[in-house]
Amino acid sequence: MHFLKLILRNTLRHKLRSGLTVLGLVVAIIAFGLLRTVVDAWYAGAEGASSTRLITRNAISLVFPLPINYQERIRKVDGVSAISHASWFGGVYVSEKNFFPQFAVDAKTYFDLYPEYVIAPQEMKAFRADRKGCVIGRKLANTHGFKVGDTIPLRGTIYPGSWNFTIRAIYDGAESATDTSQFFFHWNYLNETMKKAVARRTDWIGVYVIQISDPDKAAEISDEVDAMFRNSLAETLTETEKAFQLGFVSMTEAIVIAIRIVSFVVIFIILAVMANTMAMTARERIREYATLKALGFGPCFLAGLIYGESLMIALAGAAIGIVLTFPVAAQFSEQVGTLFPVFGVSRETVYMQAAAAAAVGLAASVLPALRAARVPIVDGLRSIG
Amino acid sequence: MQRSPDLDNHSESPVHTEPPGEPVVHIRQLSKCYHRGGQIIPVLTNISFDIMHGEFIALMGPSGSGKSTLLNLIAGIDKPDSGLLKINGTDIAALSESELADWRAANVGFIFQFYNLMPVLTAFENVELPLLLTPLARDQRRRRVELALSMVGLRDRMEHYPSELSGGQQQRVAIARAIITDPALLVADEPTGDLDRSSANDILAMLERLNRELGKTIIMVTHDPHAAQSAHSIRHLEKGELELKKH
Ligand SMILES: Nc1ncnc2c1ncn2[C@@H]1O[C@H](COP(=O)(O)OP(=O)(O)O)[C@@H](O)[C@H]1O
Ligand SMILES: [Mg+2]
Repeated sequence: MHFLKLILRNTLRHKLRSGLTVLGLVVAIIAFGLLRTVVDAWYAGAEGASSTRLITRNAISLVFPLPINYQERIRKVDGVSAISHASWFGGVYVSEKNFFPQFAVDAKTYFDLYPEYVIAPQEMKAFRADRKGCVIGRKLANTHGFKVGDTIPLRGTIYPGSWNFTIRAIYDGAESATDTSQFFFHWNYLNETMKKAVARRTDWIGVYVIQISDPDKAAEISDEVDAMFRNSLAETLTETEKAFQLGFVSMTEAIVIAIRIVSFVVIFIILAVMANTMAMTARERIREYATLKALGFGPCFLAGLIYGESLMIALAGAAIGIVLTFPVAAQFSEQVGTLFPVFGVSRETVYMQAAAAAAVGLAASVLPALRAARVPIVDGLRSIG
Repeated sequence: MQRSPDLDNHSESPVHTEPPGEPVVHIRQLSKCYHRGGQIIPVLTNISFDIMHGEFIALMGPSGSGKSTLLNLIAGIDKPDSGLLKINGTDIAALSESELADWRAANVGFIFQFYNLMPVLTAFENVELPLLLTPLARDQRRRRVELALSMVGLRDRMEHYPSELSGGQQQRVAIARAIITDPALLVADEPTGDLDRSSANDILAMLERLNRELGKTIIMVTHDPHAAQSAHSIRHLEKGELELKKH
């Protein structure tokens, strides 16, 4: 009780100094949390992936398409319970910075494979009925203020021309990890348009999405599908949806590693700042420590006083920092819009923040505590506080 | 607290616990030197003397003569290089660091030139501090602290912080802290060195009273001849050697 009182009052002794240190910690903890959340967001697509979905793509590269007639052959493979397909459209809405993913999908089957995209039945019906209709995610709708009935103009890049789509449905995510920044429209519409413009570009799709009933058979089924098209015009590569998503991320692995490193550098910097504060504080109080020792208090008591003060500051910084991370992350998410479809501070990140702060608090006071514990009483008493 | 006299009996004066004739401080051939930059500075050489129970000794001498060093050795916050150093029958030079800490807590009361109170603690809490190392319960501690503060005339200043007290008052709080565990020996290093004449007189009168009424053995370092007059006897340290002068 007295021990805690002493720690608390010591902490409040130099209010400006303690306050600035706490402020530094708050900034560091927020930065750390935000950077980790960015890394999480990077992997979010893979996290949300289903283990009962396989993706079949062109073996050479994702940029090469697959013929539509593979669909019926894949459907016959044992263990395949459903199949659909999606094609990357890559259109631009007004300006490049408004990036969001757009897919031409098989309107009849695609959403059956993605139960996490929750769509009201009448909206789904309206979408299926309108050849030039589209389905968009809630986050995308919120970002641009889109409503059902609005028209979204897209400038084609892979598929040239001006395209206009009418919003017929808005989907919500079944879970917080569900990506609701996407845009889907009828592959049939794309295909017919291309038939008129460039005939050789008809009847191709980007990837097949395969539903399997038993996730344990994923490897077998993948092999069987790929074997079927070996030595054909377009060889396939089938993998789980998660592996497919991680394939995207690994292209940018270096950036992710850089962000991770920076997040720890931030913590290291605040550790240096805090260690300096604690050293300064302990140096000023060396005569008090010597007095306590003369009165019979042991080195552990003194070390405890210093550790306690350091931890108190660190935990205050952590608490404020963690609480503020949420609104800051929300603001950040709003700024970057649909670039990170899923952007949320995870429980793990909060634990990491708390752990980082505690580690800073402990590490910062190792040397001051040792010094206070070891200083000979007579030397401490002679020092001018 | 296991030892008497208990603070609560302070009105029955004078109280002597140990048989007279047994010295509280027993020093033989004590030497101490400091090392500075590869150089050895002898501070005390072959000092021998005794201090009896209930004595009030003033230790005088020019600055740098080793007065504080000698006092620190007696108080167990510094270690001699050689010689015998027996306090209250304990060879304190042989104690380990933590044994010495416990020994100090039970046997020595400290009074410093600059009071050395904890600035974040009130007068009450400062005086209570040494009691936190004892098994005394909270209300027992409170009774004792209140009594000690009454003895130094600061009962009404219990809740004041050191910064809200004058130098003389702070030193009185320090005296209350020094006697709170009822140690047999009080060591005071220039206790009036930072005070004006009238506050200094208050402090000296208080030390005389502690010596007379509670039978405390007091060793006081001072370079002020007036302060030294309060003591029973004066010892002069001159270049590390001791000479006795009774008055
Ligand atoms: N910790 C120390 N390290 C080095 N020299 C010291 C130390 N303590 C005291 N001295 C030296 O020992 C001598 C005696 O010091 P001290 O006992 O403080 O004298 P006094 O109290 O009589 O003024 C001085 O020359 C002082 O510089
Ligand atoms: Mg001195």
